[in-house]
Amino acid sequence: MPPILVIARLTIQEAARRRLLLALLVLTLIVVGFSAWGFHKITNVTRSDGSPLPSVEVALLTSQLLIVVTFMYSGVLALSAAVVAGPLISSEVESGLLLSMLARPLRRSEVVMGKWLGLAVLVAIYAAGSAFLELAAVDWATGYLPPHPVQLVLYVGAEGLVLLSLGLALSTRLSGITGGVIALVAWLMGWIGGVVGDIGAGLQNQAVENVGVISHLMLPSDGLWRGAIYAMEPDTLLATLRAAGTVARANPFAAVDPPSIAFLLWVVVWFALMLGLSIWSFRTREI
Amino acid sequence: MADVAEAPRAAASDGAAAGSPAIRTVDLSKSFGHTVAVAGLTMTVPRGEVFGFLGPNGAGKTTSVKLLLGLLKPTSGQAWLLGRPIGDLQTRRRIGYLPELFRYQAWLSAREVLALHCELAPLPRSSWNDEISTALETVGLTDRAGDRVGTFSKGMQQRLGLGAALLGEPELVFLDEPTSALDPVGRHDVRQIIRGLASRGTAVFLNSHLLSEVEQVCDRVAVVDHGRVIAAGTMDELLSGTAVRVRVTGLAQADRNKLADFGNVDDEGDQMTFTNLSADRVPELVSQIVAMGGRVYEVAPRHQTLEDRFLQLLDEEDEK
Repeated sequence: MPPILVIARLTIQEAARRRLLLALLVLTLIVVGFSAWGFHKITNVTRSDGSPLPSVEVALLTSQLLIVVTFMYSGVLALSAAVVAGPLISSEVESGLLLSMLARPLRRSEVVMGKWLGLAVLVAIYAAGSAFLELAAVDWATGYLPPHPVQLVLYVGAEGLVLLSLGLALSTRLSGITGGVIALVAWLMGWIGGVVGDIGAGLQNQAVENVGVISHLMLPSDGLWRGAIYAMEPDTLLATLRAAGTVARANPFAAVDPPSIAFLLWVVVWFALMLGLSIWSFRTREI
Repeated sequence: MADVAEAPRAAASDGAAAGSPAIRTVDLSKSFGHTVAVAGLTMTVPRGEVFGFLGPNGAGKTTSVKLLLGLLKPTSGQAWLLGRPIGDLQTRRRIGYLPELFRYQAWLSAREVLALHCELAPLPRSSWNDEISTALETVGLTDRAGDRVGTFSKGMQQRLGLGAALLGEPELVFLDEPTSALDPVGRHDVRQIIRGLASRGTAVFLNSHLLSEVEQVCDRVAVVDHGRVIAAGTMDELLSGTAVRVRVTGLAQADRNKLADFGNVDDEGDQMTFTNLSADRVPELVSQIVAMGGRVYEVAPRHQTLEDRFLQLLDEEDEK
C-alpha cells in the first residue's frame, strides 16, 4: 500500500479505536431522533380556527427548520474537523510518535497528505451519513425533501474539509490547543464576516459587502454554507426571497443565489494552496 | 577534530563492510538560533561495529542522531550514511532507529505497530510474519503481541521500539538511550541484542550516558561535549592508563595537594583515586604517603574504567 494510504488508514483507524466515530454516531442518532419528533409536530400544527396547515406552508416551515438543524450539523462537522485536525501532526511531533516513522522511507508530504486524506474520508462519511439519516427522518415525518440533497451534502462536506485543511496547516507548526482554537475562531469570524457582507448587500453598501467577499476568499467555509442553504430552499421560498429584493439578502440563513462558479473554482485553488502550505511548513520544520 | 580509524572488525569484514563506512561526517554543525548544539562533528563509524557515542546531558548526542537521520537539517557540514548523503530516502530502508523519546500508537497492538513499520520500511509482505515474530521474541514481547500498546509499561514500549528498529535486518541501527526505561534484566537483554546485531555485521550507533553499558558492548567510542568530539578511539586506545585507589588517613590537605604529582587525583576523603598512574610507581606513592605521616589501609590498582576516563576528559575540557 502506498505510504499516503497507510497514513490515511492509520488516521481512520485511530478515530475508530479511540471511539470518535462511535461518539459521533450515537450523538447523530440522538439528534436525528429528536428532530424527527420535532418535524413530526409541524404536521400537527393547526391554525387558530383549528384547520390544519396547508402542505405548502408545512414544506416552508420544514425547509426553514431544516436549515437551522443543518447549521447545527455543519457546525458540529466544522468544529470536530478543526478540533481533530488541530493536534493531528503537532501532538505526534511533541510525543515523539512521528520520530521512528519519519526515519523510515516516508516523505513528510506523504504524512501530511495521508492525514488529510484519512480525515477527509471521515468528514465525507459523516456528512453523507448524517445527511442521509436526517433527510430520511424529515421525509418520514413531513414528506418534505430539500430540492438538491446531493449538493447539500457536498457543500456541508466541503465546509468540513475547509476547517480540516486549516486545522492541519496550523498543526504543522502550532500546538494542538492553539491550532484548534485558531481554527474555531477563524470559522466563527468567517461566519460573522459573511453576515456582515449580507448586511452590506441589504444596505447596498459596497464597502461593507466587501467584508463578506474578502472573508469568503480567506476562509470559504461560510461561502460553502450559503451553498448548502441554497440547496435546501424550495422554489416557493426562493421566489419570495427574490421578490423581497436586496433586503432578503441580509439574512444569514437565506441564500438568494447559488455560489458562483468563480467562487467554487477559488475553493479548489484554496484547498490546493492550503495543502501546499501544510506540506511546505511540515517539510521545513525541524523535529 | 577527532577521526576514528576505519579498520572494520574481523567478525564483520565478510561482505557487510562493503566499501563505504556506516557513518561518515565532516564538520557537521547545527545551531538553534544562537545555541550551538553540534559544532563541527567529524567522525567515521565503520560497518559492523558497535559505536558508543558518549557525552553528558546536553552535549548534542540526540541532535547528532537526528541530523544523521534527516530529522534535522545541518547548519553546515556534510554526512553520509552507508555511502549515501544524509536525507536520502532509499538509505532509510536499511536503517533501524529507536528514538530517545520513544512512543508508539497506543491504539494499536504490539504486532500491529511492528506490521506498520514493516509496511513503511517497506518489507515484502510475505516476510512480515517471520520478521514480526522474530522481533517480538528478541525483545521478549511474544506474550503481549496482541495487547494494545496503551496498556504497556514504559519499559515494554522501549522494548517494542527496539523490536521495530530491528525489523528487516538493517545494516545500521541507531539506538538513542535504549535502556533508559529498562530494569537490570532488560538492560542485560539489550546488551545481548546489541552483541547479536554486531555478530551478524550490523553497525550499531549507541547513544548513551550509561558508561558501564557502553564499556561492555562497544568496539569504539567517541566522547562528545558541547557538540564536539573531544576523544575517540577503540576502547583499548581510550582506556590506556591504570587507576590506583588508596584508602588513607592522617594526611593534611597540603600533603594531599602535593600528591597530585602522581597523576590526576579524585580525592574523596579517606579514599583517593589516582588515574594515569603506572603500576611501577605505586611503591613510590605509598612510601611518599607514609613519609608524610599518612596511615595506609588499602592500595588497590585497577584498570581505568570508562567512567574514570570520561570524567577525566570532561575535566580537561572544562579547564581549557
